[in-house]
Amino acid sequence: MLERLYHMLVKEFIQVLRNPRMRAVLFVVPVAQTIIIGYAVNTDVRHVPMAVYDLDRTPATRDLIARFEGSGCFDVVRRIASEPEIQKVLDSGEAKAVLRLNRGFAEALSGGGSAQAQFLLDGSDSNTASVALSYASRISADFNRSLLEQRFARTAGVRLDAEPVALASRAWFNANLDSRNYFVPGVLAMLVAVLSIILSSMSIVREREVGTMEQIMVTPIGRLEFILGKTIPFAAIGFVDVALIALISVFWFRVPMLGFPPVLFLGTGLYLLSTLGVGLFISTVSSTQQQAMMTAFFFMLPAFMLSGFVYPIANMPKIVQLLTYLNPLRYYLVIIRGVFLKGLGLEVLWPQMLALTALGTIMLLLAAGRFRKTMG
Amino acid sequence: MSAVPGTLAVTLRDLERRFGDFVAVNRISLDVRQGEIFGFLGPNGAGKSTTIRMLCGLLEPSGGQGTVAGLDIRTQREEIKRSIGYMSQKFSLYDDLTVEENIDFFSGIYRVPKEKKAERKAWVLDMAHLQEHRRTRTGLLPGGWKQRLSLGCALLHEPRVLFLDEPTSGVDPLSRRSFWDLIYQMASEGVTVFVTTHYMEEAEYCDRLALIYRGELVALGTPGEMKGGLMADQVLRVACDRSHEALGVAATVAGVRDAALFGRDIHLMTEDAEALAPRLRRSLEEGGFQVGAVERITPSLEDVFVSLIEARDRADGAQKEFKA
Repeated sequence: MLERLYHMLVKEFIQVLRNPRMRAVLFVVPVAQTIIIGYAVNTDVRHVPMAVYDLDRTPATRDLIARFEGSGCFDVVRRIASEPEIQKVLDSGEAKAVLRLNRGFAEALSGGGSAQAQFLLDGSDSNTASVALSYASRISADFNRSLLEQRFARTAGVRLDAEPVALASRAWFNANLDSRNYFVPGVLAMLVAVLSIILSSMSIVREREVGTMEQIMVTPIGRLEFILGKTIPFAAIGFVDVALIALISVFWFRVPMLGFPPVLFLGTGLYLLSTLGVGLFISTVSSTQQQAMMTAFFFMLPAFMLSGFVYPIANMPKIVQLLTYLNPLRYYLVIIRGVFLKGLGLEVLWPQMLALTALGTIMLLLAAGRFRKTMG
Repeated sequence: MSAVPGTLAVTLRDLERRFGDFVAVNRISLDVRQGEIFGFLGPNGAGKSTTIRMLCGLLEPSGGQGTVAGLDIRTQREEIKRSIGYMSQKFSLYDDLTVEENIDFFSGIYRVPKEKKAERKAWVLDMAHLQEHRRTRTGLLPGGWKQRLSLGCALLHEPRVLFLDEPTSGVDPLSRRSFWDLIYQMASEGVTVFVTTHYMEEAEYCDRLALIYRGELVALGTPGEMKGGLMADQVLRVACDRSHEALGVAATVAGVRDAALFGRDIHLMTEDAEALAPRLRRSLEEGGFQVGAVERITPSLEDVFVSLIEARDRADGAQKEFKA
């Protein structure tokens, strides 16, 4: 058993690592992708381009506009001079928001009444729009408060300093609500899945296509020896990549690593068990490499969508939520974010670990069961 | 499993394999003796590879029995794999491994004992004349060299029975010749060689032959027996100018069952060569052809096989008409 496995491993490692292009695909590409995607996946909303249509042109309107600019959330990219221009800047995408202040704004304020300000938003990107809207509401609330303070001070001679209810909020685990901290570990899970599933789904079917499979099948090699020989090298490569990407996350992107790294590695091992199981299963049911590649993609796309990587599972319909329980990515994301950002250990993450173990074992057994040493 | 002379290395009894409705191998029975070079002949698609794959444990038979090295091909497939060597028509070593790495891999998979590994490796490198290329990527070797390496890897564990499925297809004649020298050497050491081919000159090298056609065993015997007694027809060789045109004329002469070109000559199948010869010469000369020698010849193996296969086709055709 061990002797044959050893020779399978030697052969697989030589085959995978001998080709310089393959080495680049295995070790350089994931690193480069982590860096690029690490910068790209970012749902933080800052510097929203905004246009201003100020018909009043008074110190009061200038004060309000300055508050928008000073917030860091908005950049005033254009001052609009006419009504039709509003439509134009929103259509062209030059501005995502338009602040319109009508004539008489300052007058209404100083008369003690309520002044109207219109805030127009490009809602096609709903996430950016809703975040921008909440920033805008906060800015106008601050503006209101300082106006009220001034009025009270002027009329009653008292300082208004206490709000009826003060909500003191603080985000745990990610104090600055930095979306990068949330997404970079997700990128790790995604890259490792792509790598391990594609590699393993090609492996058996390639031998079948090239014709070496027939020669292997007339040897006394055992099914388990063969399957393990195909699994272990890819798992080892997966570990190296996880280590590389984790180092980049921590030292380049400054994603906090609060947990105990070995927990992450244990989770990774179990995760690789299930992704490699899926890949090998695909490889055993495909008759050409092209088929295997297509099947792998058909698996991966929904696996990413239904993993909680971008879209929260809690928001999905119940039926779809049930489906996500079959998705190894779902569990690994919890583990990886838990270890990185929350410093969780096995005492919390054991259900996820258990689920991955079960999924991985089942998939590998299915693959081994599908693999026959006979043809036709 | 020891090689007792005269024992049977391979036995087939009504062996059958169907793929859906298609009968690829139809109730074939034959025996191969230990140490024999047994040729398995037939046109493409006749069922040669299917049979060999059943014997090697790659395919499950649909019916019938078989043994290889005394082991049952239905129930002892894994045991069989330990005691046979197999080499397919497609080159099936790893192109991206070096010569040496391929040898090490297969000797590891076959669990060649540690103390014998170096010796077997040297033997293969020597046999395949690849000592100087041991570190060459296998994919870079010419076809004939790859073939010898394949054979070497199939023999690493010193199997008693060697299955070769069209081992020399796509290999130049010189390499083919030296490959057969290796097969003879194996046989002289007591290894049974079961080889499929569709090269007629290779068939002549075998101790015994089986001809199969459309999944059925058509003939069985030594090359000599086949040429001597198996053919009902006689063969008439005609030397003639413009033989291509003459072929059309000759085929229409009464008593000619079949006519084919062999180089510049025409070979005619007939029941009575002596009676046909003068009639044929007359017909061709009337057609304006310059006729040289017209003589009865000993049929070649190719003549025999063509004749047997056509006889089988005629019989099948008649049967179909009868059924309709």
